[in-house]
Amino acid sequence: MEFPKSFLGYKRENGRAGTRNHVIILPVDDISNACAEAVANNIKGTIALPHSYGRLQFGADLELHFRTMIGTGCNPNVAAVIVIGIEPKWTKKIVDGIAKTGKPVEGFHIERTGDIGTTMKASKKAQEFVMWASEKQREECPISDLWISVKCGESDTTSGLAANPTVGNLMEKLEPMGVHLCFGETSELTGAEQVCATRGATKEASDKFIKTWNSYNDFILKEATDDLSESQPTAGNIAGGLTTIEEKAFGNFQKIGNCKFIDVLEPAEEPTKGKGLYFMDTSSAAAECVTLQAAAGFNIHLFPTGQGNIIGNPIEPVVKLTANPLTVKGMGEHIDCDVSKILSREMNLSEAGDELIKTTLRVANGRLTCAEALGHREFVMTKLYRSA
Amino acid sequence: MATDIIIHDKKDNVGVVVIEKITPKQDCACWIMEDDSSTNIQSVDEIPLGHKIAMIDLNEGDTILKYGHDIGKVVKSIKKGEHVHVHNVKTKKW
Repeated sequence: MEFPKSFLGYKRENGRAGTRNHVIILPVDDISNACAEAVANNIKGTIALPHSYGRLQFGADLELHFRTMIGTGCNPNVAAVIVIGIEPKWTKKIVDGIAKTGKPVEGFHIERTGDIGTTMKASKKAQEFVMWASEKQREECPISDLWISVKCGESDTTSGLAANPTVGNLMEKLEPMGVHLCFGETSELTGAEQVCATRGATKEASDKFIKTWNSYNDFILKEATDDLSESQPTAGNIAGGLTTIEEKAFGNFQKIGNCKFIDVLEPAEEPTKGKGLYFMDTSSAAAECVTLQAAAGFNIHLFPTGQGNIIGNPIEPVVKLTANPLTVKGMGEHIDCDVSKILSREMNLSEAGDELIKTTLRVANGRLTCAEALGHREFVMTKLYRSA
Repeated sequence: MATDIIIHDKKDNVGVVVIEKITPKQDCACWIMEDDSSTNIQSVDEIPLGHKIAMIDLNEGDTILKYGHDIGKVVKSIKKGEHVHVHNVKTKKW
């Protein structure tokens, strides 16, 4: 199939392009959620991103917190950012990190002013930002400006048979066009980890993958109290016919087609080795994984599901596809791309891949995803360990 | 011809039901994706969409192959045509 080699995106100050034009109100910590939400309520067209953390974290966990906050603000789907925290120092650190992109960003701290005074000051700035952003126009951008992340959820055997291979087919077709691609889900590669390691483009990438997987697996074995039944696979996976983590892993792995990964990223780490496929060390919980990929700069997400996961993200549009005809029938309002005809063999994999490319470009051009229309804005920070 | 069961790889000893369900003693048409070949099997159990059927007799300790790879071990013997799931197969990992 011939498909367009460009899409209509928002060009940003740092050369990246966005598929969306959000003005976000970003709380630094849990106790600043109320103020951030008050600002978003005052100023129409802005969105608050409340979350549960940001206090008394330390070490690698604190670094991840800052990387996720700054990365979210830097994402090209975001036009401008208001940062609100309780204390000035961490608030400023996040503002300074986002300011490097050249986009408008301003920080406010609540201490000594209170919620009401801070809400007023931040609302004035948010109004200025959102009215400025509303004049931004979509412009033609090369398809290589798409940074596509993938993650599957509520998988069943139809995911491994059809929906995930459809994503793999898209990757095989778009990788040569110079897009950035990212898959994650460290724990859900268990059983397929040795096969996945052979997909490193270099020995260094393969070794880094195995080291990352071993470390995650050691952690799981240390914390597990049973055989993880109903967590991996989940009760939903089992209802859909998946029996073991190995079976789930080989299904999961179909999402990268025959592509090779060029590097392994830390959670929320921005890729720096140019176009191509990256593996990111993430949890396999949907909202955590997508939040980390969005914070690494990915601007559109593909989410194959079997039994029907409903996740969305506030800044990165999540395109959902399924091959399960019962899911299409029962909860079609969540499905952007139906590839169930693969199972009845009325559609082949390449045709499904083409359909998904078409859907992806429509969403990149501005068509709302089902999750956006339904108001799914799951923003979930990954926490590595207890706070001090 | 309509397909009732899809098998990923010709090495696999299980197939996946791709119609709403198969009923006991149903003669099922199977399609093997890897080499685009076909085969048949008669079911023993009722098996719903997405669940697996044993393509051969399997004994305790045998390895289940799907995608041509090891996806777990048999913990209770399974006859050809029976339902393969958490009641007779377990992970070798966790």
